[in-house]
Amino acid sequence: MGLGLGLGLGPGAEGPEHALRAAPHTNTSGGGWANVKIPFEQFRLDNGLRVVFSRDSGVPVVAINLWYQVGSRNERPGRTGFAHLFEHMMFQGSEHVPESGHFALIEQAGGSLNGSTWLDRTNYFETLPSHYLELGLWLESDRLGWLLPAMTQEKLDNQRDVVKNERRWRVDNQPYGDWDERIQALVYPPDHPYHHSVIGSMEDLDAASLEDVEQFFRTYYAPNNAVLTLCGEFDPAQARDLVERYFGEIPPGPPVPPIPGRTEIPQVIGRPVREVVEQDISLPRFYLAFRIPPYGSEGYYPATVAAQVLAWGRASRLYRRLVRERRLAQDVAAYAFPIVVGASMLVLWATARPGVEPERLEAALLDEIAALRDVSAADVERAIHLIEARRLIDLQRVDERADMLSMYTSLFDDPGRINTEIESIRAVTPEAVRDFAAAFLGEENRATLLYVPRAEGGAA
Amino acid sequence: MRGRAGRWGIALAAVSLGCAGAPGTRGGMTATVEPNRTDRTVPPSLGAPPTLELPPIHRHRLSNGLAVLIVEQRDLPVVDLQLVVRAGAAADSSAQAGRASLTAELLDEGTANHDALGLAEAIDYLGAELETAASWDASFVSLHVLTPRLAPALQLLAEVVLTPTFPEAEVERVRDERLAYLLQQQDEPRALASRAFAGVVYGAEHPYGAPVLGTRESVARLDRDALVEFYRTYYRPNNAFLVAVGDVDAATLLPLLEQAFAGWTPAEVPAIRVPPPPPAGATAIHLVDRPGSAQSEIRVGLAGPPRATPDYFPLVVMNTVLGGSFTSRLNMALREERGYTYGAGSGFDFRQGAGPFVASSAVFTGVTDSALVVFFDEIRRIRDEPVPAEELDRAKNYVALGLPRGLETTAEVAARVAEIELYGLGDDYLTRYMDRVRGVTAEDVQRVARRYLDPDHLAVIVVGDRGEIEEALGRLGIGAVRPRAVE
Repeated sequence: MGLGLGLGLGPGAEGPEHALRAAPHTNTSGGGWANVKIPFEQFRLDNGLRVVFSRDSGVPVVAINLWYQVGSRNERPGRTGFAHLFEHMMFQGSEHVPESGHFALIEQAGGSLNGSTWLDRTNYFETLPSHYLELGLWLESDRLGWLLPAMTQEKLDNQRDVVKNERRWRVDNQPYGDWDERIQALVYPPDHPYHHSVIGSMEDLDAASLEDVEQFFRTYYAPNNAVLTLCGEFDPAQARDLVERYFGEIPPGPPVPPIPGRTEIPQVIGRPVREVVEQDISLPRFYLAFRIPPYGSEGYYPATVAAQVLAWGRASRLYRRLVRERRLAQDVAAYAFPIVVGASMLVLWATARPGVEPERLEAALLDEIAALRDVSAADVERAIHLIEARRLIDLQRVDERADMLSMYTSLFDDPGRINTEIESIRAVTPEAVRDFAAAFLGEENRATLLYVPRAEGGAA
Repeated sequence: MRGRAGRWGIALAAVSLGCAGAPGTRGGMTATVEPNRTDRTVPPSLGAPPTLELPPIHRHRLSNGLAVLIVEQRDLPVVDLQLVVRAGAAADSSAQAGRASLTAELLDEGTANHDALGLAEAIDYLGAELETAASWDASFVSLHVLTPRLAPALQLLAEVVLTPTFPEAEVERVRDERLAYLLQQQDEPRALASRAFAGVVYGAEHPYGAPVLGTRESVARLDRDALVEFYRTYYRPNNAFLVAVGDVDAATLLPLLEQAFAGWTPAEVPAIRVPPPPPAGATAIHLVDRPGSAQSEIRVGLAGPPRATPDYFPLVVMNTVLGGSFTSRLNMALREERGYTYGAGSGFDFRQGAGPFVASSAVFTGVTDSALVVFFDEIRRIRDEPVPAEELDRAKNYVALGLPRGLETTAEVAARVAEIELYGLGDDYLTRYMDRVRGVTAEDVQRVARRYLDPDHLAVIVVGDRGEIEEALGRLGIGAVRPRAVE
């Protein structure tokens, strides 16, 4: 029914190719956006640092983005949360940068900065007025090459306190706050690197030592384990010179050890698993999680489309049926995790409306998941259009483009996926979504986490 | 950088020893030193910043009185449209708090030509995004669409603005959802803190005393008639304007708008007058009990000036120093120096009326009292002592040079233009922005700190474990501790 509306948003649409902002666009009908290609070039320094440049001129800013191929997956037992704690230490100065200098210098230059830690990677990024590129490269190279002289017990103790407060703020003091920690533990076996949470436990954070900091740095923070991306307004020749000058002298590190634990796991959990948690909350909430093929594999993309069909937008199945028509749910969401080790997860969640028994909501959720066996071409086409539209909005931001280029280079050695990945989405057919649902969304692969209000008379 | 001159000698001597830091830093591997290698012992100097080209705002008016502001940005085939109605939550009486936002929420739940689902599907198929919302001073219908789809998307936008039907079943459903959401908010310590803060500073009668979304009491009373009345009263072309940013020009857009909005007739619209805030009481600590809390959510503040204040730029710079950046005084003192929190900050919420100033943080329960001392120390310090030149310069640069980062996308530009028009800031606002920030002096900062931050008349809210913290808070001597019920 929805096919043939002539949206021009598919392969074969006509129209000239555009670099993102290469030339003023004339207002023609047809392909337009669909044919926009993010331009890039890539090279590698002798020390192994992979570098990606993507130049386009919009506002005069440049985004710098560094991905280190280390995340919570690399943590050894007893040191959960360490990759994230280490990330904090990277902002405490380096040999030539005083404590707080990183932040102060970027602010002085009118820039923004941050970093983040996740399962597969740790990234560091700043966006600066385009003339101040060298400042960002100096800061990033100094902590990659000369972090350790600035590390002290006092800084470690301070950032340990900060991270513990972060855990309190995000997890312990928030309703449903520990959902990802519990879901990961249900979906992945104890010896899989994704079994434990990124934020880690208070006990393991307390155990972290300055020796751990030094060892972690030497093992993982090396140019051969990193991708550097520049995106926005800059002169490529000048930037290349700066990158070589600031990063070129940093020697490569030793070969990165393999990810600890068992990375190969069965593609499905094998049996239903379930956990019920009492919290001080008003409304029950379900999290359902399923193992799915890892991000980037062909089997992953039907999962992304299925998530969209299920829960993105007001025309999605769960929203229409559970929120609007049957009024069982207060909200619904679904998300396929872009993670690569062994298996990924598709997680969906729904909060029960007041007065709705959790059993009723659960039955309805399972009904809608089962109904994916009848997913229509219209459902799939709508979902793909939504993914495209949202992706194009994201690509408008220079820091988003830089992070995506780092991601594709780091995970797949292929920055070109910023332009080609959408084809994998467009290639998903209704049959592929049905096959995916049959193979991965059944009871034998389902982890269920239910939060319920604390029983009357329980501890306040 | 200042203070580093003494290190130059050490650093220069170190160059000849090998550049890879301490020997053995990298498992014994060192790189060869080249004589002309980059001196990384000092930060690169910052030359002049790049100039920001700002496209002009073109003004037009439709025959029905609707003002149209167009900013052409032709590099991408996208258009962002924002239809802004000059009425928001400030027009809600306290008994009907939440009315403006609920009205906005219902606009796309049924129109003359589409039911809610049909509308959602139509928009999805165009690859467009349409959102409705209300803030304190305005209600918004915004549209993001690719240029080739502009005409049909514009029809849908106009349909939502001109012919919402407010179906009874949808009103009831959306109201119920809103009530359930507000119930959930009672589980969230941050929401409890914000709610209590607004109630204490503005009182139960002032429109700012309740959230934009309303309260469970006020929303339960809203019915279809109330929403229709709000819509008919305020959603008029003479009380609204439309911002269009992107791959669009007047020649193409205006005829489309004339046709799409032809049925929208002007009418007299009552003025919305926000009363002045009640006088600030003596500083007191209002404690909302949340047993077992791992952290205390702290809010410290009072009513500030309206957006039209001539002190706007000094206040922005003052706030940046106090709590508006990572290196701000509150964040450095509470997070980096003492490890009490993951983050602390402050801000002015500038509205048509006197919106609040609030400083906030979530701190480990055991240090709640010590954290409050820091808040008051820093507020006193910025009043009593001029900000040193380097710190002031950093704050001004952070604000001024950061302007381009907020103008990257068509949606961001549309939001800025809407703000300029809504608050009458002048079409040269962006071009003058950097100079006006840079013109702020240390005297200005101290003056506005003294004028607007009165430590003897601050509202302090703490949401936390009363059993653990009440006694210590009482011993602080900051003000009386008053238990406050969860709302």
